[in-house]
This record gives sequence, structure tokens and C-alpha cells, in this order.
Amino acid sequence: MKRDCSIDIRHLTRVEGHGNIRITVSGGKLLEASWAVVETPRFFEVMVKGMSAERVPFLTSRICGICSISHALASIRALERAMLIAPPPAAETTRLLAMHGETLQSHALHLFFLAAPDFAGTSGVLPLLESQPELVRAGLRLKELGNEISTVTTGRCTHPVSLVVGGLSKAPDKIRLQQLLDMIGERKSALGTACNFFGTLDIPRFERETEFISLHNGATYPFIGGDLLSTDGVRKEENDYLPMTNEYVTEFSTSKFTRCSRESSAAGALARFNNNSGFLHPEAKKAAQKLGLRPICHNPFMCNIAQLVECVHILHDAETLIQKLLDTDLTDIRTPFAPKAGTATGAVEAPRGILYHHMETDEEGKVVKADCIIPTTQNNANIHNDLQALARQALEEGKNDREIEKLAEMLVRSYDPCISCSVH
Amino acid sequence: MKNPVYTFEKLKFASFEFTCCEGCQLQLANREASLAEFFSLLDVRTFREISSEKHDDYDVAFVEGSISRSDEIERLLAIRRQAKTLVAFGTCACFGGVNSLKNRYPVEECIAEVYDGLPVESLPVRKISDIVKVDFSIPGCPVAKKEVEWIVVNLVTGSLATLPKYPVCVECKEQLNTCLFDLGEICLGPITRAGCDAVCTTGKTPCLGCRGPADDINFPAFLELVEKRGLSRRDLKEKLGFYNAFEAYPCP
Repeated sequence: MKRDCSIDIRHLTRVEGHGNIRITVSGGKLLEASWAVVETPRFFEVMVKGMSAERVPFLTSRICGICSISHALASIRALERAMLIAPPPAAETTRLLAMHGETLQSHALHLFFLAAPDFAGTSGVLPLLESQPELVRAGLRLKELGNEISTVTTGRCTHPVSLVVGGLSKAPDKIRLQQLLDMIGERKSALGTACNFFGTLDIPRFERETEFISLHNGATYPFIGGDLLSTDGVRKEENDYLPMTNEYVTEFSTSKFTRCSRESSAAGALARFNNNSGFLHPEAKKAAQKLGLRPICHNPFMCNIAQLVECVHILHDAETLIQKLLDTDLTDIRTPFAPKAGTATGAVEAPRGILYHHMETDEEGKVVKADCIIPTTQNNANIHNDLQALARQALEEGKNDREIEKLAEMLVRSYDPCISCSVH
Repeated sequence: MKNPVYTFEKLKFASFEFTCCEGCQLQLANREASLAEFFSLLDVRTFREISSEKHDDYDVAFVEGSISRSDEIERLLAIRRQAKTLVAFGTCACFGGVNSLKNRYPVEECIAEVYDGLPVESLPVRKISDIVKVDFSIPGCPVAKKEVEWIVVNLVTGSLATLPKYPVCVECKEQLNTCLFDLGEICLGPITRAGCDAVCTTGKTPCLGCRGPADDINFPAFLELVEKRGLSRRDLKEKLGFYNAFEAYPCP
């Protein structure tokens, strides 16, 4: 069928930041399908110059309002590696628990506030609260748990207070850790409600083969540091991040694009799962099987499911980490350090994927050069290419304009883009 | 909206963001246990981050972020024309925030460093009140949701909310924290407006002044305190400049 179609979505809703989708079809032929980020740039790499290392994580955490803990920890890891500082083990356990809190909060926000309304046919979470109160309440209980884990471990759920270069400025309170343990036990049922809902959804059938990049340490499901691994077989040491990203600028987007072995690659929950599914908690493995998620999955809409599987992993792993902290004497939490000149990369798995902070310090411990590569930046080219393939497939399937528009929006949302973060 | 005792009109509410991390708007979705009650006070007309509904008939606009591009100025002017009450929401909106650190360098230099010479538009960072009249300011990086809830209730009942006049030190002492000055750290708690429950200093991290100056601060005495303790002038300058909230108090 020869047809015309013009979709022009400015400032896509239910995503963090400002991005536009454009699809143009003329005479049945796809002329354009594009993903453009129009967010205002902030220039953090310039802001950080000349700042003392100890202050830097407090600045870089402000790159993102959703994954501030990841940004703080990426900077801290880069600076500790540059200045050869070894944080105490109790600080490392607390940091990992903090990452769990942030990931749970971020995934719950995305799954219930941003993604679920598409599947339920509502404009947002507020009408959903009226039509499916049990579901939204389950989401809120998980999100609240994530925020509580972050607050107990870092002092505040957004823009952490006690994560510092060398370790922690304050240890988590053991009474509150014990309460967290009880809270996790209570909230496993909310996870069950979520799995039941997402298990029944009609996930759009769409596949486009791509390269998935994530951290990989060969022992645990990765969150902080490790090797960089791609499903195309590329493996690099953490400091050697540039060949994994090859950042470049495009004229139509204020967020950069990246590529590795192919024209685009993907980061995020699906990439982590595809590279590390064997290291998930047994309960999370069971959930993945039940939800039909198997590596290597090339359907970007399944990123929603991968996030849910990670929530299962996090709840169970958090119990182990809390128990470990309760059994530890939490007095040794901070390694004193002398400023030192050095250069290193800190890579962490932020909720939306692998995040690199590269830092160079001078003898006074001031940052002289920084480079931050954000997960959403690494997904931009993949989203852009997916949109073209998705538009072609939808045209072949004879979908109407409204259906194509909704699918395109859902595709971008399934990557859970953090746009203001990507235009840092 | 009906309550057994009181009746009130929901606020025709809209939320907007400019140059920022959107962390303050995210706080509106936190404190999950009271979330349904909080949103029962609001008739959300536009809130792009969480809803696909877009309506321009709002009365109260929360504006997050600072201004750093010409299209942002246009959007902000349009919001000002519509809103009966415009609230500067968060430290970036109130003072420029960390984004202002960019202003230490010429804009061309920033663009050249980050965008390899691609012609990206960017202006020096400005706070909301540099462009339009602001009716109420809620500072904080991020804002404290508990305080926001209280202010929203005041907007609904038509009473005048005010921020604490006293400094963070008061809230910090209430929590029986050890003073960070006594541990050898410069802390902006003595000169910064309270309302955050001293969350940073309770986490043994010095206050960086995200809520801006408290009323009637004695800045010379604060400088003297830093001097007397032999603490670093460079560290003081870095802290005072962090959020651009102490613009009116230059450090010699």
C-alpha cells in the first residue's frame, strides 16, 4: 500500500530530559526516522576543572537526578584509582548496597511511572493509580524501598551525602540496617505483583541484532568496576574505555553518539543481562525464565523485563549485603589519602548502563581533565537505528500512524533514556 | 476536594524544567507513602516527566533549573504570562546552582572543549529571577520534599509560607552532631538557610550552602572564624562558589 505518514514528536513525555522523534514516510517509502536530543548542555567536564578531588563527587552527582549515586561512585572510583587509594572493605560493601538502592528506585520509577502506562493505555501513573491501584501501590513500595536503601547507606536518596573519596564519611546505622532487612522481607510480595503484571503483557515483537556492552568481572553480577565486555567478543580493561565508545558528535543532537564494533551498540539492563545472566541470584534466574527472557535477547522492548529481573536480584542480594554489614565492625570506613598526580577511569553500571568517568589529577589533587561518558549517550545511535527498523517493520505490517507513533514512543522509553544526564 | 471538615480547591499545577538534572522534580514523586495524598492537592495540568497530558490552563508553575539558551528564555516568558504564581524550584532555579561554575570560562571555550567545534548554542548561566519575576523560591539541591509538601499545603489554603530565617547550624545542633569546624572542616552551616534538617552535616559532610544565605548573617564574623582556625582560604572559596548561592558575599 502506498501511503504517507508524518510523525513529529517534540519533547517526548515520560522520559527524563528533552528528546524528539521524527518519522516521515512518502509514497510508502521511509524517508526519515530519527532520534534527536535537544537538551541544553551543561558542560560538567569544564565545571570540574580545577576542583579539589574530595569535592568532585559532590559536583558530578549533580549530572543526574535519578542516578546521582552512580555518578558519585564513578568519580570516586576514578579518583581513588588515579591517586592509588584503597577504600576499606566495609565501605565497598556499603557502596554496592547504595547502588542496589539506586537501581531499584530507578527501575521502579521507569517500570511503573514511565513504561506501565503505555501497556495499560493511560497517559501516566496518576490515572493508573485509579484504574489499577494494587499495581501502582506495589511499584511505590518497591521505589520507596530503593530510596530507603539509598538513604540508609548514603544519607539521602538523591545526591548522596556520605560517599567520599577514600570510603564513607559516615557508616550506616545498624538499627536502620536491621529495619531495612525487615522492610525487604515485607516487600517481596510487591515484587510478585510486578512480575505477574509484566508477565502478562504483550511485549511488541521486534528484533534488530546489535552489540551489547556492559561490565563483566567473571564472578558476580557487575555494578562497580571490572572489565568491559561486548557480545561481539571485545574485552578491554577498565582504563581502556575509549575503543568501547568512540564518541562522536552529530549535527542534529546535543547528546553525542558512540559505536564499538558495529554502527551502534547498546548499554543497560538488557546488556548487563546478556553478558552476565549466569551471575544472577537463583531467584532472579527463575524470574527471567518465567518472563521469557533468555540471553542473547535482541528485542529492545525486553529491557523492561531485564530491569524487573534485576529488581529480583537486587532484593535478594541486598539481604546478603546487609547481613554482611551487620556482622562487621563498622569503624574502619575511610582511608586517609595524600593528594597525588594520576590518571584513571572509574566505570560503574548505572541503572541505565555502563557509565565511565575518566579523571586526571595534579600533585595537589585537583582535577585537571575529565571525561564522562553516559549510558544514554551509548544508546542514542542504537535508538536511532532501531527507530528506522521499527518504522519499516510497522509499515510492512500495515500499522496506522497512531500505532506507529505509540510504538516509536514505547521503543524510546524502553531504553529508559536519561537525557539531561547524557547532555552533561 | 472534600475533607470531613474543610473544603478546598486543588491547585491547577504545572511543572517545568530548564538547564538542570531534574532531581528536584523527581522529589515530587518521592515520599511514596504520602504520594497519593500529596497529588490529591494538585490538578496536574502539565508535568512532562511523569505524564503525557499537556494543558496550558495552570495557575501555579514550578520551574526547575537555570537558564542557558535563548529558547529557554522564550519558554520561561510564556510560563510567566500564564502562571499566577511562579515558583523557582531548587537551587539551580534560585541561584543558578552548580551550572554557574561554567561561567568561570568563556562560553566559546566550553563549547570548543566539549563539542569539537560543532556550533552548539549556550549562554552564560542565569537564575530564573534574572529573567522574570519570581513569586516564591524553594531552594535545595535537591529540594526537601517534606518542606515542599508544607509549602503546597500553604498554597492550597491560601496562606503565606515562609522559609526558616535561621541557619543550618540550628538544625544541626538539634541533631546533636559534632561541629565540623571542631573536626577541622570549613562548613557553611553557620551562614546557610535552614530547612534541610542539616542532612549533609548529619552525614559528616560539610554544608556547601545549597539553600543560600540565611537572614541577617554575620559574614565578616564567619570569615574571621575560618581565619582564626587557620583553615584554607582556597577551600572556603571553592565551597562558597559551589552553588553560586553566595554571590552577594564575595570572599576577599
